[in-house]
Amino acid sequence: MSKTYDTIVIGGGHNGLTCAAYLAKAGKKVLVLERRHVLGGAAVSEEVFPGFTFSVCSYVVSLLRPWIIRDLELARFGLEMIPLETSFTPYLDGRSMCRWANRGDSLREIRAFSEKDAEVYPQFGKWMSKIGQFVKPIIDSPAPDPGSFSPRELASLLSLGNRFRDASMDVMDFRLKLLTMSAVDFLDEWFESDALKAPMSVSGIIGTMLGVRSPGTAYVLLHHYMGEIDGAFRSWGFSKGGTGGVSNAIANSARYFGAEIMTEAPVSRIVVEGETAKGVVLEDGTELRANDVVSGCDPHRTFFGLVGEELLPGEFSAGLRRYRYRGSSGKVNLALDRLPEFACRPGSEHLRGDIAIAPSIAYLDQAYSEAKAGQFSRRPYINVVIPSLVDPSVAPPGKHVMSCFVQYAPYELAEGPAAWPAQRNAFGDAVIDTLAEYIPGFHDMILHRQVLTPWDLEQEFGLTEGNIFHGELTLEQLAFQRPVAGFARHKTPIRHLWLAGSGAHPGGGIMGSPGALCAKAMLGSKSGVSSGGRA
Amino acid sequence: MPLPTPFAERTHPLATSLAFKEWAGCLAPCRYSAYHEREYYALRHAATVMDATPLYKVDVTGPDAAELFSLVTVRNFERFSTGRVAYTTWCDPRGKVLDDGTVMRLEENRWRFTSADSSVGWLSKHARGLDVKLVDTSRTIAALSLQGPRSREVLRGVVGDIADGLRFFRAQRTEFAGQELLVTRTGYTGDLGYELWIANDGAVDLWDAIIEAGRPHGLLPMGLDALDVSRVEAGFLLAGVEYSSAKDAFIPRQESTPYELGFDWMVDLNKEYFVGRDALVAEQRRGVAKRLVGLVVNWERFEELCAGYGLPPGLETATCRLGVPVYRHGKQIGYATSRTWSPLLKQYLALAHVPTADATPGTELEIEVTLEYERRRCLAHVTPMPFFDPPRKKSTPDGAKAEVPSS
Repeated sequence: MSKTYDTIVIGGGHNGLTCAAYLAKAGKKVLVLERRHVLGGAAVSEEVFPGFTFSVCSYVVSLLRPWIIRDLELARFGLEMIPLETSFTPYLDGRSMCRWANRGDSLREIRAFSEKDAEVYPQFGKWMSKIGQFVKPIIDSPAPDPGSFSPRELASLLSLGNRFRDASMDVMDFRLKLLTMSAVDFLDEWFESDALKAPMSVSGIIGTMLGVRSPGTAYVLLHHYMGEIDGAFRSWGFSKGGTGGVSNAIANSARYFGAEIMTEAPVSRIVVEGETAKGVVLEDGTELRANDVVSGCDPHRTFFGLVGEELLPGEFSAGLRRYRYRGSSGKVNLALDRLPEFACRPGSEHLRGDIAIAPSIAYLDQAYSEAKAGQFSRRPYINVVIPSLVDPSVAPPGKHVMSCFVQYAPYELAEGPAAWPAQRNAFGDAVIDTLAEYIPGFHDMILHRQVLTPWDLEQEFGLTEGNIFHGELTLEQLAFQRPVAGFARHKTPIRHLWLAGSGAHPGGGIMGSPGALCAKAMLGSKSGVSSGGRA
Repeated sequence: MPLPTPFAERTHPLATSLAFKEWAGCLAPCRYSAYHEREYYALRHAATVMDATPLYKVDVTGPDAAELFSLVTVRNFERFSTGRVAYTTWCDPRGKVLDDGTVMRLEENRWRFTSADSSVGWLSKHARGLDVKLVDTSRTIAALSLQGPRSREVLRGVVGDIADGLRFFRAQRTEFAGQELLVTRTGYTGDLGYELWIANDGAVDLWDAIIEAGRPHGLLPMGLDALDVSRVEAGFLLAGVEYSSAKDAFIPRQESTPYELGFDWMVDLNKEYFVGRDALVAEQRRGVAKRLVGLVVNWERFEELCAGYGLPPGLETATCRLGVPVYRHGKQIGYATSRTWSPLLKQYLALAHVPTADATPGTELEIEVTLEYERRRCLAHVTPMPFFDPPRKKSTPDGAKAEVPSS
């Protein structure tokens, strides 16, 4: 025991770092401990093969809060975002659809499939943006507390309620459907073309063990319309140098404000004395003390791994046991010798954004059926990006990196999760074979491949059951329910232990909100100094 | 009808946007595809090439060239070695800014001068009695601006290793396809970048070579719209927008002095004489009345203003050159000229002219914004410029200390 800190943050993921940066900026003495040799957690860039840098896990940025970018001066510390220009869907019948940044071009493409769909498509976007306005304040402020009668809570609930009440009847109808329906049912109310609905519906299932026809999945579609890497008017983006660029910028900011950051410093347990967190013990036996301990790990790993179930109140622990992870996706990262061309549409203009292998609803249904049976999908939904097309820093000149997000790859295989290492290669092959149906000669372009199954995500990145969001992003696990009712404000039953990762409100994705809101909660609490923050 | 430049046979077919505008009598693409942002992002993340031919150029030869530039412009060129480039400005005898541009020393007795507007007449007028020869090369020398973090790699593919040794604000002569090619480490984007100067005959081949060398580096041709965003981020002012040339100003209040535009660092009052010196000495003595400053609009306040209309915050993504009033304590004290959303900084930026007393960084001002056809005021802070200033702008690959242009 050498040094004492105000706060020790466990985990140098983007949320842990965000929390650390805010605390350091407020004058706190902060230490961040990262288990791996690189910072970023799941928002990490690694040169997996010489010359090829991958966003190993999380690969696009959507909801990184603009106020965090400004508060932490992230642009100054190296954050550079590039918007995804296009959304391309190839079909095996030789047709394809590309949605562009330019509305006229997108509508022309949709019109080729359905005149009616093209007509309502802009209106659909407007409605989603309107609803997004209601939801946005929720992800920018602490989780609402419906059980509290404090005047401040009531006032904030009331203002939230007012926002909803002001909405017209048709907005309310739209919103209610959005909250309750499945992605497919919801889209069916608007569109007729399968070719359009299939790639749209998948945003409802990302990271969940649900199908596009499962109720509640419509809500997640909204996230596509709330994405705002530019403060307001863009949806999804790449981070220059990979998503690790976001984490590194936050880390640079944290260091600038005085935080200390250690890598290869795995924590073995959180020191708890009399229901109060007092510090941590590293795997090498070093004990470090702090007034507050923040965990950027997911709730399972934090409480069952680092604290110990015996120290938790029974009800809390039972709540945590009910909190669902159920990882459903994997990642295949490919180093390519040249730029792939799709048989249905040669050229590269339409490949500068994301590419969805989601040719029909039936295809997605089939993929889900296999997952329910405990198998990875033989023909999965794949979200492909080729960041080297817009960011040449990630691959040698003329070569490319291709990142494939793959669903479904259920953590719970029929043979159990431990069977994953034996199936890893077959899983990688299925992804590559699927893409090869669209890209002639695809096998020959592949120089290297990295296949990450949910099992690998758990083992290497500490994501329980391989869930990329620290727990499924479904309605019942959001807001005041995340991760356990009554503990959505980053506080935990262990005094001075705080939760700052994606398992806290408002959830996963490269948002930074959980980390920032956690820091603000700490600074605003009696144990901390005043915040001056926004929340 | 504006004229095509020597690159037109390449640039015009690429500009599927069909969006062009006039630049110094030439037809220049605003953007190549439907929206300029992809060019902006290519500039900041990969590389871009832009036709800069419309710039006015004068080639000056003779032993008295240094004296001419010291006499006409505010900087001192007495000990200005071969291979250097300087950004400078020049005034009329009343100390009012006429234009800004660059002076390059290519050889002992050979110089090139660039400006936004034609200046050969003004130079000639002051060259009487000096041993110099002036040739207007505006329409015989073509220019390309190669900019962005990968521009060095692209340049290397065209001219080889000299790309690596070229320091910030330095010039290097080389050969391209049997013709003289001048490469300068200059630009108008605030990024790592180069400008390439070649006689019209070699222009198209040079373009093709750059496009080819740029292919593996994500190079895109760039138009004026993306340039206009990047130059505001870099804090560069534009003649005719941030200020009116004294020769165009209709009334005195439309004129500016070098100090008012932030060109203080260039002005060398130690020189015995230069055009406008006496007026600038007098201005120094009585104090500079106003200053060009950078403003960052407070986004939270802007969001609140928009929310008052039930709108999500939204802005044009292109730079707006329509001037708007700037207020302090509810009273108009100045005006903003260029405004732009910086996709990189996530900030709404403006260049503004305010009284010296209101120009200190951190000062809270208000800028006019229009929402639903109503004029509102939004909080903005005076911020030091450049807004965006990456180390790569001045760095060299060997880590050698980059030269900062000094007066």
